[in-house]
Amino acid sequence: MNILNRILIIMIGCVLSSMAVAKDLTVGLKSEPSSIDPHYHNLGPNNSLSAHIFDTLVGSDENQQHYPNLAVTWKPINDTTWEFKLRKGVKWHDGSDFTADDVVFTSKRAANVPKSPSGFGTYLKGKTFVKIDSHTIHIKTEKPYPLMPNDLSTVKIISKKYGEGASTSDYNSGKAAIGTGPYKFVEWVPGDKIVLKANPNYHGALKGKPAFNKVLFKPIKTGPARIAALLAGDVDLIDSVPPLDVARLKKNASLTLTSGPSNRVIYIHLDQFRENSPYIKAIGGGEIKNPLMDVRIRKAISLAINRDAMVAKVMEGIALKAGQLLPAGFHGVSPNMKPDPYDTKAAKKLMADAGYGNGFEMTIHGPNDRYINDAKIVEALAQMLSRIGIKTKVETMPKSVYFKRASAGGPNKSPEFSFMLLGWGAGSGEASSPLRALLHTYDKSIGMGRANRGRHSDPAVDKIIQQALSTVNADARGKLLAEATEIAVGKNYGVIPIHYQMNTWAAKSSLSYQPRTDEYTLVMGISNN
Amino acid sequence: MTAFILRRSTQSIIVLFIMSLLVFSGVNLVGDPVEMLINPEADQAEVERVIKELGLDKPITEQYWYFLMNAFKGDLGTSFIFGEPALKLIVQRMPATIELALFSLFISLIFAIPLGIYAGLKPESKISKTIMAGSILGFSMPTFWVGIIFIMFFAVYLGWLPSTGRGEIGSFLGVKSSLFTLDGLSHIFLPALNLALFKLSSVIRLTRAGTREIIHQDYIKFARAKGVAESRVINVHLLKNILIPIVTIIGLEFGSLIAFSTVTETVFAWPGMGKLIIDSIYNLDRPVIVAYLMIIVIFFVFLNLLVDILYTLLDPRVRIQGSN
Repeated sequence: MNILNRILIIMIGCVLSSMAVAKDLTVGLKSEPSSIDPHYHNLGPNNSLSAHIFDTLVGSDENQQHYPNLAVTWKPINDTTWEFKLRKGVKWHDGSDFTADDVVFTSKRAANVPKSPSGFGTYLKGKTFVKIDSHTIHIKTEKPYPLMPNDLSTVKIISKKYGEGASTSDYNSGKAAIGTGPYKFVEWVPGDKIVLKANPNYHGALKGKPAFNKVLFKPIKTGPARIAALLAGDVDLIDSVPPLDVARLKKNASLTLTSGPSNRVIYIHLDQFRENSPYIKAIGGGEIKNPLMDVRIRKAISLAINRDAMVAKVMEGIALKAGQLLPAGFHGVSPNMKPDPYDTKAAKKLMADAGYGNGFEMTIHGPNDRYINDAKIVEALAQMLSRIGIKTKVETMPKSVYFKRASAGGPNKSPEFSFMLLGWGAGSGEASSPLRALLHTYDKSIGMGRANRGRHSDPAVDKIIQQALSTVNADARGKLLAEATEIAVGKNYGVIPIHYQMNTWAAKSSLSYQPRTDEYTLVMGISNN
Repeated sequence: MTAFILRRSTQSIIVLFIMSLLVFSGVNLVGDPVEMLINPEADQAEVERVIKELGLDKPITEQYWYFLMNAFKGDLGTSFIFGEPALKLIVQRMPATIELALFSLFISLIFAIPLGIYAGLKPESKISKTIMAGSILGFSMPTFWVGIIFIMFFAVYLGWLPSTGRGEIGSFLGVKSSLFTLDGLSHIFLPALNLALFKLSSVIRLTRAGTREIIHQDYIKFARAKGVAESRVINVHLLKNILIPIVTIIGLEFGSLIAFSTVTETVFAWPGMGKLIIDSIYNLDRPVIVAYLMIIVIFFVFLNLLVDILYTLLDPRVRIQGSN
């Protein structure tokens, strides 16, 4: 009798707990992750998926603000040491305890995954992880390092027990895919589906207990097919709704659409390192000195861009005008900078003052399959520039060809183009990311200016960026980053921002998705309407 | 026969070698895979690690030499993106593509041959004219567009069939396929029909032309004069004789169904090889592109051989050279 009672209680318990998380969810994703191994490929689709299974020490919420995840507190205890206190009572999916050993193990593995096409070395180099006790870690650096929480918000913590000696294949098969996250890994059929199930023992740092019992991710690459799958009820949520369809789908009462700005700025890089730029000619085709070296011309170009029309017409209203590198709300954004007004008169005057009153000829380049409506943006830019006398030709190409030429297509692996459309997403969620990559002087030896394809260079800006990167006080650092942006973008026009990309998710009407600036699609961000 | 097969095999190896040279140098001319793969925030040190990891720091001739040496051992390289052997990735996705191709071939044949024969026997009837007009539509409409229309109509509007993906996988006599479950069949129907449409149309036209030609042959007239039942005239005398060109076309088309069903697979998110190759091309996953094309070459060589052998069975007048 006693045994029967117990069985009955267990059974009722099972029923109740399954009722609490009884729903299943199917998500249609534009891009499929290339692996389940959280350290194999540091790219959006992979990081987004692994956030369901694994946790980071420092969490990053929908606006890329930090919250305590596997670490409950973190602070610098001296100039070169950060102390992280770990969350107690956290269990791995197999029931074993999460401790500091797992963190130390992760720090060794994450940067050294064989065959990794993009690893986490950038975030882990120069850091030494020391276990103090079972739930305390000290991370030592050689120099003061303020971006420690940002860096550690990218690296997923793996279990030492399962991770030792595990290859990427072991994660893909599920053997080693044991995390602490809200969902457990069940199965991955490449090209077909990824299956997860709820982790009832989740510690709850992100939105509490998992809301869905079983989650199915289906990669559906083409936009129309993704929308059709949602309309047909085969999936409950889709990401990357094409801007062209947003207005029409919003009218559909059986769907909920949510849009939000991303951390990605769409901007122009301009050749500022060649006396004669290969794609710029005088009117009629003669050689001229590169006009883009002159800040007045760069400013004229910015004034010639009708950002309102760009957002309203080209982007169908699904974008935000940009005047700097990140939208308001991010750390290090300047409160003083606004998008340049549309003023062709002033632009023409600047052209004339700089000695190019008759204009010049220029071929402008852009990708046609990388950013939302990228080719259309380049075409619109060409028309806008021709209004101030710059005769433009447009050349767009697939990203597979474009980025190589944009980075290293010229002689001695220099950037090839004179004027190019690009985008930058600040993965770290603050302004140092675009500043150091796009506007710091290109310098291989210190890892700066890697994506500075216009080779803009201003020692004053470099100095402020470097000072910011060693300022531990967050407010002081934010001010320095804003100052660097004001000079590099606002005064120098080192790059010309156009707009911030916005992303749109669509769900069936009973659900809605909280948009994220990092463009991730996280099941934890879905709420019931 | 053996000599014939042997000679064909030698030729195939030469074709394969030339193909590998062309493809390998071709894909290495375009773009930079590292730019595609790496996180933009990575620094130069990380970029250099990746270049080394992928073996792209070595000169192209050396890369090709390694490729050839490994190919002899059956290793066609490791995917840049997935970090797994390219061959494994392709083989993993092959069943989905083959079942899609077979099912669409099945659809096109069961409809195309009867319709084609009918249109050939009664060329002036209204139904025949409708069939022929329909067949023109069939191969002039773009696959991508038709696919989307199918989804909108059958999945979204009527809600009869699922819009995307592959269904449950069943097992029959040890073979695993989604053709063996009801859910699987409901998933495969739309993409297979989409893929079949073009083939359906060309086989209808081919069957009709063959029928028109053969129906006036003496042996048909003789059979009829002899009093052979009309059904036997059509099913035996006629059908056997029109099959020769159809077998050629089906053989070659089956190859292209498998190799280049990329559009249909992309629209219907079908997890087959076509989707793999198109994603690999977009993302410059060079080893997968090379391995895929190698496999396709082998596949086509094999199919052609099969078609040649089938000929001799269908038409005793055809003798394979070297068989005597």
